[in-house]
Amino acid sequence: MRRIGDAPVVRRLLIGAALLLSALFLLLPLVAIFAQAFSQGVMVFWTNVSDTFTLHAIGLTLMIALLTIPVCLVFGVALAWLVTRFSFPGRRVLQTLIDIPFAVSPVVAGLIYLLLYGRNGWIGTWLDGYDIQLMFAWPGILMVTIFVTCPFVARELIPLMQAQGSREEEAAVTLGASGWTTFRRVTLPNIRWALLYGVILTNARAVGEFGAVSVVSGAIRGQTNTLPLHLEQLYQDYNAVGAFACAALLAFIALLTLAAKAGLEWRASRREAFA
Amino acid sequence: MSQLTSWRTGSTRVLPGFGLSMGISVLFISLILLLPMTGLFGQLAELSLAEYFAIITEGRVVASYMVTIGAAAVAAVVNAIFGLLLAWVLVRYEFPGKRLLDALMDLPFALPTAVAGITLATLYAGSGWMGGLLEPLGFQVAYTWVGIALAMAFTSIPFVVRTVQPVLEDLPAEVDEAAMSLGATDGVAFRRVILPHIWPALVTGTGLAFVRSLGEFGAIIFIAGNMPYETEITALMIFVKLQEYDYAGASAIASVVLFVSLTLLLAINIWQGRFVRRLHGGKG
Repeated sequence: MRRIGDAPVVRRLLIGAALLLSALFLLLPLVAIFAQAFSQGVMVFWTNVSDTFTLHAIGLTLMIALLTIPVCLVFGVALAWLVTRFSFPGRRVLQTLIDIPFAVSPVVAGLIYLLLYGRNGWIGTWLDGYDIQLMFAWPGILMVTIFVTCPFVARELIPLMQAQGSREEEAAVTLGASGWTTFRRVTLPNIRWALLYGVILTNARAVGEFGAVSVVSGAIRGQTNTLPLHLEQLYQDYNAVGAFACAALLAFIALLTLAAKAGLEWRASRREAFA
Repeated sequence: MSQLTSWRTGSTRVLPGFGLSMGISVLFISLILLLPMTGLFGQLAELSLAEYFAIITEGRVVASYMVTIGAAAVAAVVNAIFGLLLAWVLVRYEFPGKRLLDALMDLPFALPTAVAGITLATLYAGSGWMGGLLEPLGFQVAYTWVGIALAMAFTSIPFVVRTVQPVLEDLPAEVDEAAMSLGATDGVAFRRVILPHIWPALVTGTGLAFVRSLGEFGAIIFIAGNMPYETEITALMIFVKLQEYDYAGASAIASVVLFVSLTLLLAINIWQGRFVRRLHGGKG
């Protein structure tokens, strides 16, 4: 039976338009990043990447990502468990609240942290008395990064855990398994791929966050410059090749993220086919 | 089972961890999401109402609202059409490179916004690959509002594709087979049969793309040119005020942005909730 849009002309036209537009709009920028980064050869790329300030920025960025992931993981699992395994008043409100970081402009996110924990904020003033400075230092970068990335793990887990239901866990608990054993032996194997993808998304965003971080970082070279901030400085200093070398590193992480997603989806579809 | 636990789950109430997961979630949401908002309100409380309105209605700031909303609206419309086309092609047709195209759809979410920003600015500047083609034809993209809309469209296209795609996938083949066998043309059948099924998802995806565009910063500032009154976005206005240590001004403008985006988010959530309930026969 013929379906809508099955006529060869329509089909070719639509596929052609989709491919052409995607190539221009999505693929071309991706190609341009690497073309710019390597435009003066591999050696110049390497010099740019191994620059002291760039290495420091890479280190700081990785550290922030490594500290962000466990926090988001614990929160994501706890929230997903709560809203998919229990029903209680305010469940919908919690699910809406978790979307806030997606809707709030990164600059506004940075600003609200700066106002509270900065020199003029009430917590900031109090901490200043103990000589603790969170803003314009790495703890501030970590805090806003956690803010912008906290929904990812929960958002990946909630639909899956909702669809899977709680029968298996209930069976385990009824048979006498402890809560922790149930979670480790029953829940975790069911959600591990969604969990992994949530972590990958968290990592991608943590590594690349710009707006929120640029408000609270102070962007001091060799101290509080993350990789995205460092590439901005290089770009403003008319060192485009240096900026694109950093951009290429970040784009590479983005490509790994896409590959991981495709791989996990392929896995899921194969398992579905065999089930 | 006691009265207290009876509302925890529908059928059985044997699962543990309610207290622990509730504790972690509420603590986290309070500390990370809600507590920082108090800083904003504290700062705003130091302004009189007259001062507040003077800041948020200043000419340069109002111009930035216009630029931001206008460009975001154009980006949303472009994304609605382009996103629908991509979702349709990815769901309905088989062709070489389909898997790659599908993977490419998530690029704007995976790519850091600052990377997208410098790349688009370089591509569409007069000396860039695209700018070099377009500028002789009279189309200036970089450093105009068209560039802003382009950057917004780039960062938010996945919202539309990934919202419409699953709904199209779930549409049973019989739906359009019936329409086609009754002799409808492609266009009529699409408008009468497919569109009524997918338009709630299309509106949701476009709405999310619009909200994201309103707040976007990193991808835009490099290509925007940032000319006062012409190509300054509202997020940049907040940033500029902060660099001048005008925390009150930054907070006032931020409160407008925050109010608009949270209102839109709530509206989208309510809209989506109604639509999901309708699809699942009132169970939601």
